[in-house]
Amino acid sequence: MIISVASGKGGTGKTTVATNLALALGADVELLDCDVEEPNAHLFLHPILQRTERVETPVPQVDMEKCTFCKKCAEICRFNALAVLKDTVLVFPELCHSCGGCMLVCPEGAITETGRELGTLNFGTSNGIRFINGRLRVGEAMSPPLIHRVRDAADPQLITIVDAPPGTSCPVIAAMHGADFILLVTEPTPFGLHDLRLAVEAVRVLGIPCGLVVNRADIGDEKVFAYAQSENIPILLTIPFERRIAEIYSRGKMVVEEIPEWREKFRRLFLDITGVLAET
Amino acid sequence: MKIAVTSKGLNLDSEMDPRFGRAPYILIVDTETLEFEVVDNSINVNAFKGAGIQAATMVSDKGASVLMTGYCGPKAFMTLEAAGIKVVSDTSGTVREAVQAFKDGQVTFATAANKEAHW
Repeated sequence: MIISVASGKGGTGKTTVATNLALALGADVELLDCDVEEPNAHLFLHPILQRTERVETPVPQVDMEKCTFCKKCAEICRFNALAVLKDTVLVFPELCHSCGGCMLVCPEGAITETGRELGTLNFGTSNGIRFINGRLRVGEAMSPPLIHRVRDAADPQLITIVDAPPGTSCPVIAAMHGADFILLVTEPTPFGLHDLRLAVEAVRVLGIPCGLVVNRADIGDEKVFAYAQSENIPILLTIPFERRIAEIYSRGKMVVEEIPEWREKFRRLFLDITGVLAET
Repeated sequence: MKIAVTSKGLNLDSEMDPRFGRAPYILIVDTETLEFEVVDNSINVNAFKGAGIQAATMVSDKGASVLMTGYCGPKAFMTLEAAGIKVVSDTSGTVREAVQAFKDGQVTFATAANKEAHW
C-alpha cells in the first residue's frame, strides 16, 4: 500500500506526519522522501545510509563524422536542445527532456545517448524502517524524473509512505501518482485553506481517495473544517498547537517517541486510512 | 556583407528590439546596398525555452556574419560563436542607425553574453 503525504502549502507538517506515521508503524514500512529539492526526512529519522546511486537522464551526443547537418534532430526537438549549424552541431543537455526523438529521426545513426546527472538516490534504514531519498543536483531544473526513480525503488511488500514536495505542479503529481491514498496536511488558516483547495483539485484529477490531517489545529479559524465537511473529506487526525510538540519538533525528535499517546494516535491514523480504503 | 539586426518592425527605420531570441523580427541587411530581408521570428517569441538558440540558427542560415542586438544570453552567444557570427550587443536606435554605426566602424564586438540565462 502506498500513502502519499502531500499538502499544497509548504510548512504544514508533511514531513512530521510522514516520519511519525512510519515510526509509529515501526515494521514492514518504508519512507520515501520525494521532496528531492529539499529532502529533510533524514533529519528526523537519522537513517544509517547504506548505498548511494547516481541518477542520470539520457541526453544526445552527436558523432560529427556521421552527421550530414540535415537538421532533422533540431526540427523534432520541442525544447531546442540541439542547434545544427553549417559545420557543427551544438547540444544543450540542460534543455533536453530525454524523449529520444532526435535519435529516432537521425537518418545517419549519428546520435547516441550519454547521461546528464539528475542527482542521487540514497538508501538506508532507521529503526527497522526502510529509508530512501532523492537529492536533486544543484542547478538541475527537472525533478520529476528523479522522483520517479525514488518511487521505482519502493518495495511493494512494504507499506510505502511518500513524503511529497509542496505545491500542485509536476513534482507533486510525480509523488502522488499511483498512490492508494493521499494524506493531505494543512493548517486551519486562510493560507492553509487556499492551498488545500488547490491540492484537493489535483487529487481529484488523479482520482485517488484522500483524507486530512489538520496541524496546529487550534489556531486560525473554522473554515478548513467547514471546507472538509462540504467536500466530504474525512479529517483523520488533528494535531494541536502545543508547546511540547513544537519543542520536540524543533530539536529534531519524534513526537511518537517522546509522547507515547501519539504513537497510538498515528497507529489509529493508519487504521483509519485502511478503513477509508475499505469503504471505497 | 550581411548583418542581422533585431527589430520591432519591418523596415530600416524601425526601432531595434533589444531582445535577441524573442525579438519579433530580425532584419538581414546587406551593408553595401542596404537591401534587406525580414525574418519573422514570431515562432521563437513564445518558445518555452531555447529561443536564442533557434534565433541564432536562423541568423546563421541566412548567411549573416554579424548580429547587432541589445542583449544576448549565454546559449545564444555560444551558438553564434560556433556559427562564426560576431555579436554587437548593447545596441539601440533604428536598424538604419545600427547599420550605419557598423559601417562607420563605431562598434565593439562582444566577447561574452551580456544577459543571464532565463530560468
